[in-house]
Amino acid sequence: MSPLFSAHNLTLIRGERCLFRELDFALDAGELLLLEGRNGSGKTSLLKAIVGLLELETGEFRWQGAPVSAQRQAFLADLVWLAHRTGLKPDLTPVENLSFESALRAFRSQDIDAALERLGVLRLRKLPLRSLSAGQQRRVALARLLLAQASIWLMDEPFTNLDSEGRTLLGDIVTEHLESGGLCIMAAHQEVPVDAPTRRVTL
Amino acid sequence: MSQQSTQIPGLLAGLLGTLRRDLLLAWKRPGDVLNPLFFFTMVCTLFPVAIGPSVEQLAFAAPGVLWVAALLATLLSLNSLFLADHEDGSIEQLLASPQPLVVLTLGKTTAHWLTSGLPLVVLSPLIALAFRLPPGTIWVMMTTLALGTISLSLLGSVGAALTVGLHRGTALLSLLILPLAMPVLIFGTRTVSLAAAGDAYSMGLFALAAYAVGALSLAPFATAAALRISNE
Repeated sequence: MSPLFSAHNLTLIRGERCLFRELDFALDAGELLLLEGRNGSGKTSLLKAIVGLLELETGEFRWQGAPVSAQRQAFLADLVWLAHRTGLKPDLTPVENLSFESALRAFRSQDIDAALERLGVLRLRKLPLRSLSAGQQRRVALARLLLAQASIWLMDEPFTNLDSEGRTLLGDIVTEHLESGGLCIMAAHQEVPVDAPTRRVTL
Repeated sequence: MSQQSTQIPGLLAGLLGTLRRDLLLAWKRPGDVLNPLFFFTMVCTLFPVAIGPSVEQLAFAAPGVLWVAALLATLLSLNSLFLADHEDGSIEQLLASPQPLVVLTLGKTTAHWLTSGLPLVVLSPLIALAFRLPPGTIWVMMTTLALGTISLSLLGSVGAALTVGLHRGTALLSLLILPLAMPVLIFGTRTVSLAAAGDAYSMGLFALAAYAVGALSLAPFATAAALRISNE
C-alpha cells in the first residue's frame, strides 16, 4: 500500500542556490515528520512548496495515492499551515481572528472558546491581539489547529515563544492529532516532546 | 481523521468572510479610512482659494478638481490594500486556503471600495455645492464617481498586488495604475462638464459603466495571479 503522503525526487532552487536536490520522503497516518537542518537550509521553503507557494524545479508530492497538483483544492482543504508569521490581525481579538478562518476552510467556530480554554488564553478573548505577549499570540494561532478539520498539519517552528508548559501542551496536542490518524510535518530545531512514530529529514 | 469528509465553505462565505474582516479592520482603524477622505476634502477646499472666488471659474474647474482629487485619494488608500496582510502573513494563509484566491481578493477589493470609494461619493455633493455646480448635475457627478471609483479600486488592486513585495512600491504603484486610470478620469470629468453645460452626457455614463464591468470581470483574476507572483 502506498503511503498517505509522499514526496518524490524534490529539487528546489531559490535564486542561484539549490536548497535540496532529489529529496524523497514518505509519511503515513499517525506519523510525525521532522524537518531538520541549520538556518537557511530550506525547511520553510519545503513547507511552502508543499502548500504550493513555491514552484519545484523537479519532483512531486503525492497525497492518498494521487499527485497533489491534480487535486490541489481537496489537498488544501485537508491541510492547515501554521507559518512563522501567524496571519493573525493585531487589531482584532482572538475570537474575531479565529472566526475568520471559517470563511477559508472547514472550521468548528462553535468550539472557539473551548480551544482557547485548552490553550490557556480564554480570559484574553476580548482583547486586541496586539496587547497579548508573543507567547500568548502563538497560543491563539495554535487554536487554529485544534479547530480546523484537517488531517495534515504543517508547522514552522511551532515551539517559538512558548514557555515550558506551553511546549508540553503543544506536544500533547500534536500527539493526540497523530493518534487520531492525522499526520504532521514540522520544521524544528530542538527535540520535540511528541510521543509518536517519528521520521526525520535533514536538509 | 482522514476518512471524514472535509466540507469547504461556499464561495459566498469566502467572499463575505473576507469582506467582513476587512470592514471590521477598517472600523478598528478609522484613521486609514479618514486620511484619504481628509486629503480629498483638503485638495477640494484649497483649489477655490488658489483659483479665486469667481463663480464662473469655480464651476468651470469643479469637475476636474473633484475628479483629480478623487483619483489621488484612491491611489493614496491603495497602497495599504495588501501591505498589512503581507506583513502579518495573512496573504500566505489566503493562498493556502482551498477557497479560490479570486473570490478572496474580490472580497478585499469590495471592502476597499466600500471604505474608500463610497465615502468619496457620499462626500462629493457637499464639495460640488461649494463649487457652485448646478444642483441638477450633482447626481450625474455622484454616478460618475461611483462607477469610476469601482474601476479604480479594481484596477488598483492589481497594482497593489504586484507591488506588495517591493519596499516603497508606492511610486511604482502610481505609475502602473495611472495609464489605466486615464480613461476613467477623462470620461468622468467630461461627463460632469457636459452635464453642467446642459449637453447630452449619457454616453459618458455608459462608457464608465462599461469600463467598470470590464474591470470587474478581469481585474480580480489579474489580482490573484499577481499575488501569487509576489509571494513566490
